[in-house]
Amino acid sequence: MSNLTVIAVLLILMGLAYQLGTAKSSKQASRAARDKTTPSMHSRPHHHGALVAFWTVAPALLLVLLWSWFSPWMINQMLISQLPEPMASFSGSELEAVLRRVHNVAGNFVAAGVLADWEMQAAQYYQEMRALSQAIMVAAVSATAAAGLFLSYRQVNPQLRARNAMERVIKAVLIASSTVAILTTIGIVLSMVGETLRFFQFVSPMDFFFGTTWNPRFSTVGGGDQGEFGLLPLLVGTLLVASVALLVAIPLGLLTAIYLAEYAPSRLRSIAKPVIEILAGIPTIVYGFFALVTVGPFLASLGASVGLDIRATSALTAGVVMGIMIIPFISSLSDDILTQVPKALRDGSLGLGATKSETIRKVVLPAALPGISGAVLLAASRAVGETMIVVLAAGNSPVLTANPFEAVSTMTVTIVNQLTGDNDFSSPQSLVAFALGLTLFAITLVLNIIALLIVRKFREQYD
Amino acid sequence: MSQDNSNLTVQDKVVASLKRRRRQEKLFRTLGLGSVILSLALVAILFINIFSKGVPAFWQTSMTVEVYFDPDVIRISEKPEQQPNETFEDFDERLLDWETQLGFVNFNRILSDSITPLLSDFERSQTRYVTQLVTSGERHALRDMVMEDPSIVGETRSLTLLTSADVDVWLKGNIDRSLPDDQLQLPAVVREWADELHANGHIQNRFSTALFMNPDSRSSLASAGLAGAFVGSFYMLLIVIFLAIPMGVAAAIYLEEFAPKNKLTDIIEVNINNLAAVPSIIFGLLGAAVFINWFKLPMSAPVVGGLVLSLMTLPTVIIATRATLRAIPPSIRAAALGLGASKTQTVFHHVLPLAIPGILTGSILGVAQALGETAPLLLIGMKSFVASIPQSPMDQATALPVQIYLWQGNELRNFFEARTSAAIIVLLMLMISLNSLAIWLRRKLEVRW
Repeated sequence: MSNLTVIAVLLILMGLAYQLGTAKSSKQASRAARDKTTPSMHSRPHHHGALVAFWTVAPALLLVLLWSWFSPWMINQMLISQLPEPMASFSGSELEAVLRRVHNVAGNFVAAGVLADWEMQAAQYYQEMRALSQAIMVAAVSATAAAGLFLSYRQVNPQLRARNAMERVIKAVLIASSTVAILTTIGIVLSMVGETLRFFQFVSPMDFFFGTTWNPRFSTVGGGDQGEFGLLPLLVGTLLVASVALLVAIPLGLLTAIYLAEYAPSRLRSIAKPVIEILAGIPTIVYGFFALVTVGPFLASLGASVGLDIRATSALTAGVVMGIMIIPFISSLSDDILTQVPKALRDGSLGLGATKSETIRKVVLPAALPGISGAVLLAASRAVGETMIVVLAAGNSPVLTANPFEAVSTMTVTIVNQLTGDNDFSSPQSLVAFALGLTLFAITLVLNIIALLIVRKFREQYD
Repeated sequence: MSQDNSNLTVQDKVVASLKRRRRQEKLFRTLGLGSVILSLALVAILFINIFSKGVPAFWQTSMTVEVYFDPDVIRISEKPEQQPNETFEDFDERLLDWETQLGFVNFNRILSDSITPLLSDFERSQTRYVTQLVTSGERHALRDMVMEDPSIVGETRSLTLLTSADVDVWLKGNIDRSLPDDQLQLPAVVREWADELHANGHIQNRFSTALFMNPDSRSSLASAGLAGAFVGSFYMLLIVIFLAIPMGVAAAIYLEEFAPKNKLTDIIEVNINNLAAVPSIIFGLLGAAVFINWFKLPMSAPVVGGLVLSLMTLPTVIIATRATLRAIPPSIRAAALGLGASKTQTVFHHVLPLAIPGILTGSILGVAQALGETAPLLLIGMKSFVASIPQSPMDQATALPVQIYLWQGNELRNFFEARTSAAIIVLLMLMISLNSLAIWLRRKLEVRW
């Protein structure tokens, strides 16, 4: 019986338990209605039903989860103690290989006939233990469910505050859900810090943060030379692409926002705003393809016609397309912020005889500046962390250069390149992805938090 | 008097500067309008570019051929039937033998024998070129037909066979026809045949069902399709829908309706807003470290992809739901509480039903965002070629955006540039329909307070 079957049976049992609880409390309720001497019900029948169902299924379900979590580990420990020498004294990756081998034999993934005796025995032992563990689990789960059903069913009585109990359960579920978001952040930080520390056992942080050469050399197993992991070329590449993107997006996005917020008739605004926001919804892989196939060759031929040597895949190509992508991030947020600037400020300026553009430039924009800089920072964080456009269109050449016409590589591209194929997290070549990820996370975190605080402060200012 | 004078000079100054200021006003306004038009034009260019490249790839050249299943070439024994006194293992053994026998049949010969009568200018020495007209997957299709129903041996069937990718490129003019021979994939004789068959109608441009029905393929490029990617994306979206949406809504309800307003909830709020802006690739790293390295889940499986995308979508759903809940007037809550409902009853019986339109809209937008995400999937191993349609969420799979990434890197650029664009159109269409659904729901269900 697989875990899924067990869970399915438990779900059926849940329905049954609900019906039982509801039926019993309904009977009590009707008795209470007829006979004034018995106390009236505190909770409605469906509260009682739900509570019985909860006590029947929840502990049993918890048991299934815990069991499927711990039993493989237990079985492996018992299996190791059964292994003959020299396998029993193996450790680390060797032991893991032996275990995997036994699991494969047990699962019939290995052709018969080429097996050593100990492998057959271990596999048989493993299968027996698994069957035993499964049987124990089914028994234990049935017992728990039955006990839960019995005890909670007996508890059903007019005084039981079933509704309050159920409400506590619901609240617990809600709280558990809202911790997931926090756990995600903690998980991101912990997993990346852990792997980064392992990376720093191979490469010193000084060499990583201040190294000017990136040449990770996919070394053969046990090779002494492990290459150079200098962050700077990647960091400079990232900043170069992001700066080009912002140079494209800030003027376009800001002017668009100003025109739409201050000048545009409402009809144009109601059409143009959602259409520009489409740009934010297009998957980044589409932009990457667009950059690679259309924009890159176009920029290269444009460069050639004015005598500039522009590579088809370069920081410029990736940056321009990324700039197009983040136009709506700047224009939408700035538009919201501009419309929040109180009308009194505008009226005051216009009343003193300023033209509309003077009012915007000298009064509205300065008032909106904090909010707009928040929007720009959010867009910058988006640009720094963007992956697919640069993977396809930046040229993937990790050299230290400040020339946007040349091919560069960024942190995100390198993360994708280093974490390839077999995720064997033991070499500095793959661990460096986490060090890069942590750096990237730190940069975007700072940008995001400053931006969020600015935007929030701005909202309060005019609310 | 002196005051009048100075007033005059100020007025003079103002009048003198008016022209310049009006010009500036005009310039500023034009700049604004220009950037609006430029932004709109960029949207248009992007779409026109992708569509003009991709739409032709929805049609693919295929050849109608009378295929004669020649018993002299398909020399196989009778398909074994299970005997009443035979165990299943023995029968399986015999069936395997028969299938092996079938595997040795030269189906290329069947194909070339069936195609050569259509060619006006054919010499025996050119036989080996004939099969280059048809994509290599079709001979497996012929084999599968025989395996399915051995009685067709000796019969003639009219079949529509996909032409090879090179022929498709040649006939659609996606390659410069004046290139010298050594730069063209197809030999001159095959090109002539293709043109001839195209001219007399044996080869026609038909709507490509292969693009939708087949999984990816590397041996038979013309039959590479999106079916595997569809199924992979579908599994992942199911996981997102069943995991991220309930959890996000529950979290939003707690934070908005139950949680006390203090430092801790403030930190949670900043945390969720930050999480919504964390680069998606970071979620991929999280998935690689936690789900694959720690929980030992299989690589490039939709289940891992679904979990990673769920974590990524969660903040979007939470933020949208909270905004909706906040917009519901407090009087609704006050009325329910005043009539004696408990806090939980107030929220679940009165507030939540009113918030459903907003929650739906936000959730659909979150799902659409998850559908288009590529980078985190690459990090959990989804950049390898998968030639089969995944049977369960634990199998190896690709997703639509990942398939686009894989196809754009294919060496046969002339063929795959169009096919990639077609895949992008499919992805964009799915996203546009999800977004339109969200907009429609919002319009239909929206309540204004």
